[in-house]
Amino acid sequence: MDFQLNCPIPISQYPVITMAHGSGGLLSHQLIDKMFRPLFDNRLLDEGHDGAVIEFATGRIAFTTDSFVVNPIFFPGGNIGNLAVNGTVNDLACCGARPMYLSVGMILEEGLPVEDLWKICLSMQDAARKAGVIIVTGDTKVVEKGHGDKIYINTSGIGVIPEGVNINPSSPREGDVIIINGQIGDHGVAILSAREGLGFETGITSDTTALNGLVEQILKETIEISVLRDPTRGGVATTLNEISTSAGAGIVLEENSLPVSPEVRGACEVLGLDPLYIANEGKILVIVPADLAGNVLNTMKQHPAGADSAIIGRVTSEHPGIVRMITSIGSSRVIDMLTGDQLPRIC
Amino acid sequence: MKHLDEYRDAELVHKLSQQLQDTVSREWTIMEICGGQTHSIMKYNLTEFLPDKIRLVHGPGCPVCVTPLEIIDKAIRIAQREEVIFTSFGDMLRVPGSEKDLLSVKAEGGDVRIIYSPLDALKIAHENPGREIVFFAIGFETTAPANALAVKEAKRRGISNFSILSSHVLVPPAMEAILSSPSNQIQGFLAAGHVCTVMGYEEYIPIAQKYKVPIVVTGFEPVDIMQGIYMVTKQLEEGKHEVGNAYGRVVTREGNKAARELLRTVFRVSDMKWRGIGEIPSSGFSLSEDYSVYDAEAKFDVGDIIQKESPLCIAGEVLQGVKTPDACSAFGDQCRPEHPLGAPMVSSEGACSAYYRFKKSGLV
Repeated sequence: MDFQLNCPIPISQYPVITMAHGSGGLLSHQLIDKMFRPLFDNRLLDEGHDGAVIEFATGRIAFTTDSFVVNPIFFPGGNIGNLAVNGTVNDLACCGARPMYLSVGMILEEGLPVEDLWKICLSMQDAARKAGVIIVTGDTKVVEKGHGDKIYINTSGIGVIPEGVNINPSSPREGDVIIINGQIGDHGVAILSAREGLGFETGITSDTTALNGLVEQILKETIEISVLRDPTRGGVATTLNEISTSAGAGIVLEENSLPVSPEVRGACEVLGLDPLYIANEGKILVIVPADLAGNVLNTMKQHPAGADSAIIGRVTSEHPGIVRMITSIGSSRVIDMLTGDQLPRIC
Repeated sequence: MKHLDEYRDAELVHKLSQQLQDTVSREWTIMEICGGQTHSIMKYNLTEFLPDKIRLVHGPGCPVCVTPLEIIDKAIRIAQREEVIFTSFGDMLRVPGSEKDLLSVKAEGGDVRIIYSPLDALKIAHENPGREIVFFAIGFETTAPANALAVKEAKRRGISNFSILSSHVLVPPAMEAILSSPSNQIQGFLAAGHVCTVMGYEEYIPIAQKYKVPIVVTGFEPVDIMQGIYMVTKQLEEGKHEVGNAYGRVVTREGNKAARELLRTVFRVSDMKWRGIGEIPSSGFSLSEDYSVYDAEAKFDVGDIIQKESPLCIAGEVLQGVKTPDACSAFGDQCRPEHPLGAPMVSSEGACSAYYRFKKSGLV
């Protein structure tokens, strides 16, 4: 990320966001004209309508929305801006769609440094370019100091589903194989380590990245994909529980096959956390029929976002709705959903 | 990961499992004292490797589970005060008080913060001279030295806007309470490795002799726990009752002298209530006279709060291994992980919570 470009709004004039930036008046227009439009530059946005008018050929589209409220807004490996773009891009990709258009809604807290907003928008521009999507419409509101937490971003997105692709979360069948595209837990631990007061430093960076390129390659290999899901909040354990419940099928994981970096493992040991429940922002679970698994795995490994891909488990007709793990010592335990957030343990 | 993976070695676990099978000739009931050990037993489902004749009972060694209701209520009352920043280890926040938990206090606007070390609380106190910082100082002998250090530091640096809500508990008196109960079924103990890291294991020798039970100091990884169970079983089969050490890489007979000295300086031994068990004489630490100004109970005048447990909850009998969780009339009905009546339903390794999940899964 190149932060050399200077914010076009002179700091001496408006160092921080004020209520006037959300008034719809001159300062609102200054944000739009000097920051959003030049950065997110595209024909649809430039038309300046209340909404973007898009021509579609007939077919199926995917449509999704996600809101981002991360604290801190800047963390190792990213910030709330690229997180917001990648998150929605990935949700579309998991529908089997080719992500195309995004909307961006921002809620800014009075007092947010304009320079921070500029950095966030720069990284949104960068993430959108990398993912091959354009930001075609947006909205900005400002709330009084203390009524928000610096910045909240909502992104919605539209993608086109290629002919023949049909990803359906209830479709996994007995014997299907579960693949993940790399090491788990990086994002959550990066956020934890960046939080004030934690007092430990790690070299772990967030894995936030767009996965649509990887998904495109997988779908080129085969469209016989049962499930694509990004295990974000709640981690791999929660996502697999959701899949298991909606499919009415059991899932068996192999602890020894789970890719976890030594840094994440170490941090989790110290804090009493389980990497299986920690958020990821650049991971995808791919469930495919067993006879296709080898080819899909090879395809994934050849993509930069899938170099560390690994088979981590399979679908079974035994214990429907339950996720079970074969532990590293060969025993078996249930991996269930947590009641709330994972809380660091005292002992 | 070095110094960890070798104690999670599948081959060693299987070997110890076989040794146990070859050793055991009759039924034995063994209690692991520490919540950390219970966590490992659940995480690796170690019961799969035990002979049917060995019954493991999860002991009262989870500080979250045994912190009495009235202390939780005191914590809530203090955390609700405007001037207070209430700091705590994460897993205390969801423990139910008589009306609510600390997470709810936070949601209602209380300044409740999760910290990872009591010294963090001291740092917050230093940075917020206009506020009162209270640390929820719970735990066994393992966590007590760090809590003592924070208090000692506060005194040394003259930080007066810091205090602790103390609920420290001690392992040996709890073992004695269990062993002297007429309904006791425990025949051998895995002593808590990290507690013994601080305290050593001399104080367990008279207990082993008096009650004729083998006690083995045990670590937390699968190989450690299997080793501890094997050593206890071997003694039981041979009719011995000695204190053994299966955690020699960390624990010495006399423990950590500096930490013990620190405990003697900052705390005094006092009677303590245990959630679900009741009051046990000389089973806790309170602040010594020299450090009594750091006592949050006195500072915020909450000493008058006295609470009874839910009459339905049988946590005490569960924690003592007398009853299984499903013997409780509230189990799975009024009491569930998302709505716990008693502490063992709160933390994931709490006996009731674990039982609930495994029963629900139908896998056990």
